[in-house]
Amino acid sequence: MTKPTQTFEEVESVIIRFAGDSGDGMQLTGTQFTNAAAVFGNDISTMPDYPSEIRAPAGTLAGVSGFQVNLSSHDVLTPGDAPQVLVAMNPAALKVSLPDMESGGIIIVNTDAFTRSNLKKAGYESNPLEDESLSGFQVYPIPLTTVNREALADIEGLSSKEKDRSQNFFALGIVFWMFDRQMETTTNWLKKKFAKRPIVIEANSKALLAGYHLGETLEAFQRRYRIRPASLAKGTYRKVTGNQATAMGLVTAARKMGKPLFYGTYPITPASDILHALAALRHCDVRTFQAEDEIAAMGSVVGASFGGALAVTGTSGPGIALKSEAMNLGIMLELPMVIVDVQRGGPSTGLPTKVEQSDLLQVMYGRNGESPIAVLSPQSPSDCFDIAYEACRLAVRAMSPVAILSDGFLANSSEPWLIPDADDIAPIEVNHPPARTNGEGPFLPYKRDPETLARPWAIPGTKGLEHRLGGLAKAPETGNVSYFPEHHEQMTAERAGKIARLADAIPEQEVFGPEEGELLMVSWGGTYGAVHTAVANAQAEGKSVAHAHVRYLNPFPKNFEALLKKYKKVVVAELNGGQLAFLIRGKFALDVQSFTKIQGQPFKISEVAAQIEEALS
Amino acid sequence: MTTANIPLKLTRKDFVSDQTVRWCPGCGDYSILAQIQKTLPDIGYKKEDIVFISGIGCSSRFPYYMDTYGIHSIHGRAPTLASGLAITNPNLSVWVITGDGDGLSIGGNHFIHTMRRNINLNVVLFNNRIYGLTKGQYSPTSRTGAKTKSSPMGSIEQPVNPVALALSSGATFVSRSLDAHTKHLGETLAKAAAHKGTSFVEVFQNCVIFNPNEWGPLEDRRQRDDHIIYLEHGKPMVFGKNHDKGIRLNGFMPEVVQLGDEFSVDDLIVHDETSKQLAYTLSSLEYPDFPAFMGVLYQEEKPTYTEVLMDQIHTAQETKGVGDLNTLYRSADLWTVA
Ligand code: SF4
Repeated sequence: MTKPTQTFEEVESVIIRFAGDSGDGMQLTGTQFTNAAAVFGNDISTMPDYPSEIRAPAGTLAGVSGFQVNLSSHDVLTPGDAPQVLVAMNPAALKVSLPDMESGGIIIVNTDAFTRSNLKKAGYESNPLEDESLSGFQVYPIPLTTVNREALADIEGLSSKEKDRSQNFFALGIVFWMFDRQMETTTNWLKKKFAKRPIVIEANSKALLAGYHLGETLEAFQRRYRIRPASLAKGTYRKVTGNQATAMGLVTAARKMGKPLFYGTYPITPASDILHALAALRHCDVRTFQAEDEIAAMGSVVGASFGGALAVTGTSGPGIALKSEAMNLGIMLELPMVIVDVQRGGPSTGLPTKVEQSDLLQVMYGRNGESPIAVLSPQSPSDCFDIAYEACRLAVRAMSPVAILSDGFLANSSEPWLIPDADDIAPIEVNHPPARTNGEGPFLPYKRDPETLARPWAIPGTKGLEHRLGGLAKAPETGNVSYFPEHHEQMTAERAGKIARLADAIPEQEVFGPEEGELLMVSWGGTYGAVHTAVANAQAEGKSVAHAHVRYLNPFPKNFEALLKKYKKVVVAELNGGQLAFLIRGKFALDVQSFTKIQGQPFKISEVAAQIEEALS
Repeated sequence: MTTANIPLKLTRKDFVSDQTVRWCPGCGDYSILAQIQKTLPDIGYKKEDIVFISGIGCSSRFPYYMDTYGIHSIHGRAPTLASGLAITNPNLSVWVITGDGDGLSIGGNHFIHTMRRNINLNVVLFNNRIYGLTKGQYSPTSRTGAKTKSSPMGSIEQPVNPVALALSSGATFVSRSLDAHTKHLGETLAKAAAHKGTSFVEVFQNCVIFNPNEWGPLEDRRQRDDHIIYLEHGKPMVFGKNHDKGIRLNGFMPEVVQLGDEFSVDDLIVHDETSKQLAYTLSSLEYPDFPAFMGVLYQEEKPTYTEVLMDQIHTAQETKGVGDLNTLYRSADLWTVA
């Protein structure tokens, strides 16, 4: 058989989505392809999108699990708006993904899964592979189940059902071929992962290779694509998700404080991966504590902080609701701690696996009394590392809880991370007051540092500093219970003051683009990539638009107000009903506009672009 | 200075804070406070290593009156703070002061899970079978039929049995004492402090304002011995002012018998605080249907949560090396851009 002639097309970037049933292994397939692309040197940005049920009913629209990756030879900041390549393992996956696809895109489908019953489950009246509905796309129908079984025919000891589990690797092989990629990272991974089950390694490796060879031999696949490595800054990289980066940032902060890391938490989507990452780090003196509920988790963090650990909890919106009383105790006791809120769609149980930024006001104000808290938010998966460290630094400085608002998108998305040298990261200075012997006067647990207004962090085990803290209102300096009106007012003002003074310790707000002019787009959290890219594109078209992405939400950077006032129009883009816009209006009496989306999905670049267009017209 | 080498023996006074105690006159809490302050000098901990953590309620004012480290926390959550603290610093003697409402109602979930984890804590639960601080509603330990402000026609609920709950939750030290019997209380607290792991002490406490008759004769020095069985490991269960009564097993059922012609000491149950079966049986017998058991019901040596945790940390450090940040960052597929 003569080999068909191949042509290579150089493309700058491509957006690929792998979609199938939640049991089809699509997250794994997407991750493997991404790893290969990352190691090759492409810039990458990924987004998993999966149902909250572990195994939603097979074949249904609700059960579709997707993994999208954007790989490029230049900077990419989002997983991309519209996939150009889709691998659809069944009709439901096709149906769910089709509306997002770029027209003319490539669709690889497993025709074996297009049975009458699967079509019905997906709500197809007729088979889309046989009617005109896919005429605007390049469709590659492949009987994946059949060809995969054939490829694995001579493997003994695996049932055909078990063999079918390698289908995703067969599909992956095709995509590897199509984009001319080395499969080494995946084969190495298989060897490590299934070291105890060689037969699984064999099946998956064979499927992968068979997929690759199918690409090689099928006429249809002779158009191949190449994406050059991106010109990223020099250095060593790895791929990192937001939750992984958060975990590493916390461990780093603990080490830089010379403290054990206490992580008291209760499992909740999408925050649990932070616990999983930290639980494996006992050798770094990480003490994870899986509490009986969210309240206990928060209580344990208050206790651990009193004991002198770097104390952190992680949760999501519903967990914050339960933790709020103990968070308030932390605020009243004035102890340093960090609360990571990996936001998801709400209210109530809401959309456990989907993204939303709707906990901002809950975290800012969702507690009884005047209860100020510092709030930070990372802008990308790798920025979770820096923000985690920052939150710990500020918590110690103010002797107060600090909240991090991550989100379900940041948590699970990944991007390349230029690995820092740990030795270059500054220590976090911790000053526990030393032991006292008699004759030095009484210890004053609420005597504040005149600069930061922080009280001393005296920890049990220190002779002579025995003191009592409590949730009741208290007198200045002694901290003794006091219902005296002036005392309450003074302590309330001091608690607020020390959060406000964190503005002295954070960087100024940066702006991308003109320093004044027509339009400023303001965003925060995981929407950075979409808003930044849309603004950059608009700027390239000659439009006067700037972008301020806010990482410090409370207190705001010192220059923030003045900066906002330099633009004729300010639009705040966020995945909620307009919460940051509400804060800005309330704080600065500025008439900002709000651009919102509440669909459990991130912004698309095109959506932000349309908003810029509209705001400028 | 040469005197620096001679450790000064602490006394009760060293544990008295400068705050005025604000419980009602005659409240059983005074006695518990005094006994704890008396016990602490002998438990083998330095003063700065002792911490009291409470929740909310009358009993929870306790830490303010102790000149130790302490936290008056929020309702029901004291065990959670104590757990985080003890895990952070395993060298501390951490005490949880709670009540029947605080510990078993709003904090019921934490109670169960604290008992099963065996973190090194001493949990002292003041049981007065009433809500005191909120002025007299029935509590989770109030008897069915108890007439209170929130149950004028009698409580409809079945009470929870604190020692039985502690036992079935997996506690490794379960005991009971009462406020009025200061000597017994002091001894029981000392045993709790000496136990490694979570120690649970239920203290029958008299709320003289809202539930003054709850413990009836138990609170009366002259009558109480006819209503209390003092448990002592390895000793037969004799009780009564004149040591003339005892507890024997009739089949599976314990019963009170009069010593004399029919029964002798040899017929009585010999207390074995290592027997969980016996502890379960005894815990199910509730005062006043049965005389009240006082003392250590059950005790078991088990590694504490923190011991195992620290073992895991050391093992991990031995096998993987003490965690290095640069190695941690690089534990993934890497690529280099030159
Ligand atoms: S109300 Fe009852 S429990 Fe509370 S202090 Fe007064 S007597 Fe003691």
